[in-house]
Amino acid sequence: MQDRGTGPKSPDGPAWGDTAVGLAVLILAAVLAWQSTVIPNNAIYAQVGPKVIPWIATAMLAVLGVLLTSWGLRGGWVHEEHGAFHPWGCAWLLLGLVLNVTLIGVAGFIIASTVLFVCTATAFGSRSPLRDTAIGFALALVSYVGFDRVLGYKIGSGLIEGLL
Amino acid sequence: MDTLAQLAAGFAVALTPYNLMWCLVGVTVGTAIGVLPGLGPALTIALLLPLTYKVDPTAAFILFAGIYYGAMYGGSTTSILMNTPGETATIVTALEGNKMARRGRAGAALATAAIGSFVAGTIGTIGITFLAEPVVTFALKFGPAEYFSLMVLAFVTVSAVLGSSAVRGLTSLAIGIFLGLIGIDLQTGQPRFTFGLTELLDGINVIVVAVGLFAVGETLYLACFRRPAGGELLAVKDSIWMTREDWARSWKPWLRGAAIGFPIGAMPAGGAEVPTFLSYFIEKRLARKPEEFGNGAIEGVAGPEAANNASAAGVLVPMLALGLPTSATAAIMLSAFQSYGISPGPLLLQQQSALVWGLIASLYIANVMLLVLNLPLVGLWVKMLRIPEPLLYGGILVLATIGTYGITQSQVDLILLYAMGLMGLVMRLFDFPTAPVIIGMILGPLAEQEFRRAMQISQSDALIFLQKPLSLTLLLLALLAVLGPQLWRLARGRARRPGAASS
Repeated sequence: MQDRGTGPKSPDGPAWGDTAVGLAVLILAAVLAWQSTVIPNNAIYAQVGPKVIPWIATAMLAVLGVLLTSWGLRGGWVHEEHGAFHPWGCAWLLLGLVLNVTLIGVAGFIIASTVLFVCTATAFGSRSPLRDTAIGFALALVSYVGFDRVLGYKIGSGLIEGLL
Repeated sequence: MDTLAQLAAGFAVALTPYNLMWCLVGVTVGTAIGVLPGLGPALTIALLLPLTYKVDPTAAFILFAGIYYGAMYGGSTTSILMNTPGETATIVTALEGNKMARRGRAGAALATAAIGSFVAGTIGTIGITFLAEPVVTFALKFGPAEYFSLMVLAFVTVSAVLGSSAVRGLTSLAIGIFLGLIGIDLQTGQPRFTFGLTELLDGINVIVVAVGLFAVGETLYLACFRRPAGGELLAVKDSIWMTREDWARSWKPWLRGAAIGFPIGAMPAGGAEVPTFLSYFIEKRLARKPEEFGNGAIEGVAGPEAANNASAAGVLVPMLALGLPTSATAAIMLSAFQSYGISPGPLLLQQQSALVWGLIASLYIANVMLLVLNLPLVGLWVKMLRIPEPLLYGGILVLATIGTYGITQSQVDLILLYAMGLMGLVMRLFDFPTAPVIIGMILGPLAEQEFRRAMQISQSDALIFLQKPLSLTLLLLALLAVLGPQLWRLARGRARRPGAASS
């Protein structure tokens, strides 16, 4: 609503990133519309059925999606400045997240978290995997004992957890 | 009962060794996460929500409030010494504070920030003490229609007025409302937005969304779009005891900052951004040496820092008295009430008076503890700023795993967490605010409840929202908040492009 950070970025040509975001909001609205229609209506129990607010949310997203898309096509909006894209940083971090999800059920929290820690550190430019492994393992171990055993979180079992 | 008697009873609760311990833990953790970039109070309280299964509500809320206040103190240290404000609220502190540190006045900047935070935090807490009951008395006259309209006003102000764009803020809000609707509708028992997945019948946990957006999203953003060199950590060379001149130049900005911050924080709009900027410009205008602004004027640290803490205290007024959260942190605290089965709202003060007054009393104690933690012990926190980025963000992601997987042991939640992280990354890249997502998610279902109650009373006549004068006023205010700036701009004839006009 304020002037800060608003207004079209360039007067000529569509901004494809912004347009894509607008379209994504429209797609989300479509998904919501589909899910709103499949909500069973149960008029006996409530004056306002279960569908009313879902349809309002859907309508909001549809209108906003149209606005965002149309701005995107007219040059987009002004963004905060971002640093340069680091494909390797991105790749290492995503690898860490994927490995964490796959390993946590099989090998347990401590091993999965150590792997996640090392991948994240590498993504942020660390070049000493051995040190990172040691620190990550110690952190995972301490967190596991602290949260699972002391604070009563349920982080599950695993290869190392079974030994504790 | 008399307010002071209630407060005394509150101190009796807060001063037990057990609760004092939770308060100390809270302010220590709060300062730490405020100092560390990448962690904030909303995220930290979300990570600690599972504690609500183990700890009694009074202790948990004393802990959460300590974290909330502590983060405000800690954030200023990072802004001053590193010029990398962790939260929008401390952007202004970095303007003058970092310049002061560059001139070798870091100690004085830290001192005026900490003492100003203490003064304003205490004034704000006094404000909560005496404002809570009148607000409750007023709110007890509210029917469901008024409540619904108040929530609509809060929705609009937190998403449309405070951010840089109404449309993007409202988009975030709508996504939050959508996330809040997922699961079984409590009134009719119908599943909504579950895509046929049994995992979604219980809804999405707010922890997953908050941690995903704030922790995973921010880490993804920094890993993918890292700037070559981060802020430089400046050393504290001078004394942390302010000179006579520093005191003379600080005390008025502290008081003015508190006077600006508290009322704005307590309004249904909330937010610390507006009061800190406002305080900065007022101090700049009133300063005896305005030429120092831009080169490290102590008034420019003292005022905004006080405004920031007073507005943080102010946000607790609608949260405790009305059950109306106006910041992401307040929304997550509200969900903690729900997980205890305590319904927030105007009856909270009567039904849970030991809890609420114990919490308010603990805020006074927290302020004293924080003054000690952040002034004589500031060196400790400076050391934390030396933690290398790779290790810091590695640790944050491990904590994020605990906060989500540690509740349900479900890989689905972990995948959802990372999906939220990707959404957070996209929102960050395209300048969508994230706080409205959390507020929409928590407040959306509550608004639906009030909407239904109002419609039940009026026998499905939607005009009830316009027939009640107070409800109508609130809705008109909300409409004005959305359309006012556009109309004003149109009237001034400056809206040449539709994108510029309504963005």
